[in-house]
Amino acid sequence: MDLLSWLTEPLQYGFLTRALLVTLAAAVVSAVLSCWLILMGWSLMGDAVSHAVLPGVALAYMVGIPFSIGAFLFGAGAVALIGAVRATTKLKPDTVIGVVFTALFAAGLAIVSSTPSQIDLMHILFGNVLGVTDGELWQVLILGAVTLAVVLFKRRDLTLLAFDRTHAHVMGLNTRFLSALLLGLLALSVVVGLQAVGIILVVAMLITPGATAFLLTRSFDRMLVLAVVLTTGAAVSGIYASYYLDISTGAAVVLSQSLIFTAVYLFSRPNGLVWQRQHQQQRRRAHRRRGTAAHLSNASANAKVTATTAAVPEKG
Amino acid sequence: MNLHVLAQDPVQDPALRISGLTVAYSEVLALDAVSLTLDAGLICGLIGVNGSGKSTLFKALLGLLEPQAGTVELFGMAHRQARRSGLVAYMPQAEDVDWNFPVSVNDVVGMGRYGHLGSMRRLRPADHSAVGAALERVGLEHLRKRQIGELSGGQRKRVFVARSIAQEAQLLLLDEPFAGVDRSSEATMTALLRELRDEGRSVLVSTHNLAGIPEFCDTAVLLHQRVLAHGTPEDVLTSGNLARAFGTPGTDN
Repeated sequence: MDLLSWLTEPLQYGFLTRALLVTLAAAVVSAVLSCWLILMGWSLMGDAVSHAVLPGVALAYMVGIPFSIGAFLFGAGAVALIGAVRATTKLKPDTVIGVVFTALFAAGLAIVSSTPSQIDLMHILFGNVLGVTDGELWQVLILGAVTLAVVLFKRRDLTLLAFDRTHAHVMGLNTRFLSALLLGLLALSVVVGLQAVGIILVVAMLITPGATAFLLTRSFDRMLVLAVVLTTGAAVSGIYASYYLDISTGAAVVLSQSLIFTAVYLFSRPNGLVWQRQHQQQRRRAHRRRGTAAHLSNASANAKVTATTAAVPEKG
Repeated sequence: MNLHVLAQDPVQDPALRISGLTVAYSEVLALDAVSLTLDAGLICGLIGVNGSGKSTLFKALLGLLEPQAGTVELFGMAHRQARRSGLVAYMPQAEDVDWNFPVSVNDVVGMGRYGHLGSMRRLRPADHSAVGAALERVGLEHLRKRQIGELSGGQRKRVFVARSIAQEAQLLLLDEPFAGVDRSSEATMTALLRELRDEGRSVLVSTHNLAGIPEFCDTAVLLHQRVLAHGTPEDVLTSGNLARAFGTPGTDN
């Protein structure tokens, strides 16, 4: 079998083309958002929102409305609930997030288990990208496009929010609105990603691409581009791996992203682990060659010279 | 633009007018009926121990917290209006900044222009030249492409001064700007801030480095929940006042 037919064969099936489109849309939207989420320190929030949408999806299927409406309402609701509990207690943020999302996830499980015939829990939890209908494809594409458009339109404000919230406030930007906007976009991208990889793994698409890109560059714009390029590669190779190796699509896509992250973590230059080790060894060898005398004079030169200012010592 | 507004007013509003400002965190009183007026065009040192209310005062000036009582006016305006007009700039403490954030020196200074821009915050040629001029002013134009974490302690501080210059702010609030900065960088910074003062800007600096104050500041405020003293550095930094503000060894505040 030549390469071209190897590549085109899966696409003869309509369901696989739809799967590829849905996965690509979800992966790109999530990757773009992930750049801000990892810089805000909101990775756990992505996990929380994705789990919290379960009751929304279950209820939407029961009532017969598009799954995305139910999922978005519960995702946004979870965010609001977390915000409200945080504002009214002295609990740490991760504690509040943990309490709220597990409660909603359990509620979702309870709803699903009480109506076993109507909803396939496995599909919601682990994705059912091979069974995506045209209607669901359109939901994903439209929501994905809206999310992407809003993110890119507000990207400089969001970057400022992530970098220096106080300065944003000082210049009269509405930081509360921007935070709420980013959380709303997070909920939207969870909804978009659900179909592709399911509730459990959607958070991987919201963290890993941004994290991988962060390791590769020190420029935010380049980070955005890299996250999108890498996630596109992961999505396509995941779909093909799933077809030819006959493994779960969601798992294959997320595993591809993890493999790329691992490769970057180990081998990227100059910050990859392998290169850093090599660099260290080279330095150590050079050190040894220079001998003890040089080593000693070097150490004394490095001794920290502390400025003696006439500062009054502060007391806590 | 802002200079123009100020120039129109022959009797210039004070940079800062605080009256009866009271802030409490649950049961703990952080600021107790603080009243203070700072004239424009001066450098004022805000002195006090940790927990004396310096940071709380800054937060109140920036509208980051709701005081229990009292009012704050910046150039005769409520803080929201002053912020919207881009009159106030804040330099964060070094430990509050994510130095690994993927932004360049140029990006950070460009953020000073956001108040002047449309909703997409796209920098126009005039903004780019304002950013370039601000960087030149603080001597960092050759490092403009560096990621901010790749700068020395003193250079990092100057990036934020450049940002407030690009912003055309008239009141600079600096929180411990000399912490973790070596002597020569501190000298560069104080010279720079004095230049900005000479152009009519007002500067409020919180610091616990008393040695530099008489030389650097025009006025000083000694804070310990209340204003203990306010005046020229010589009047404020008396041993009696310092004993009241910093306490005697053994008595913790």
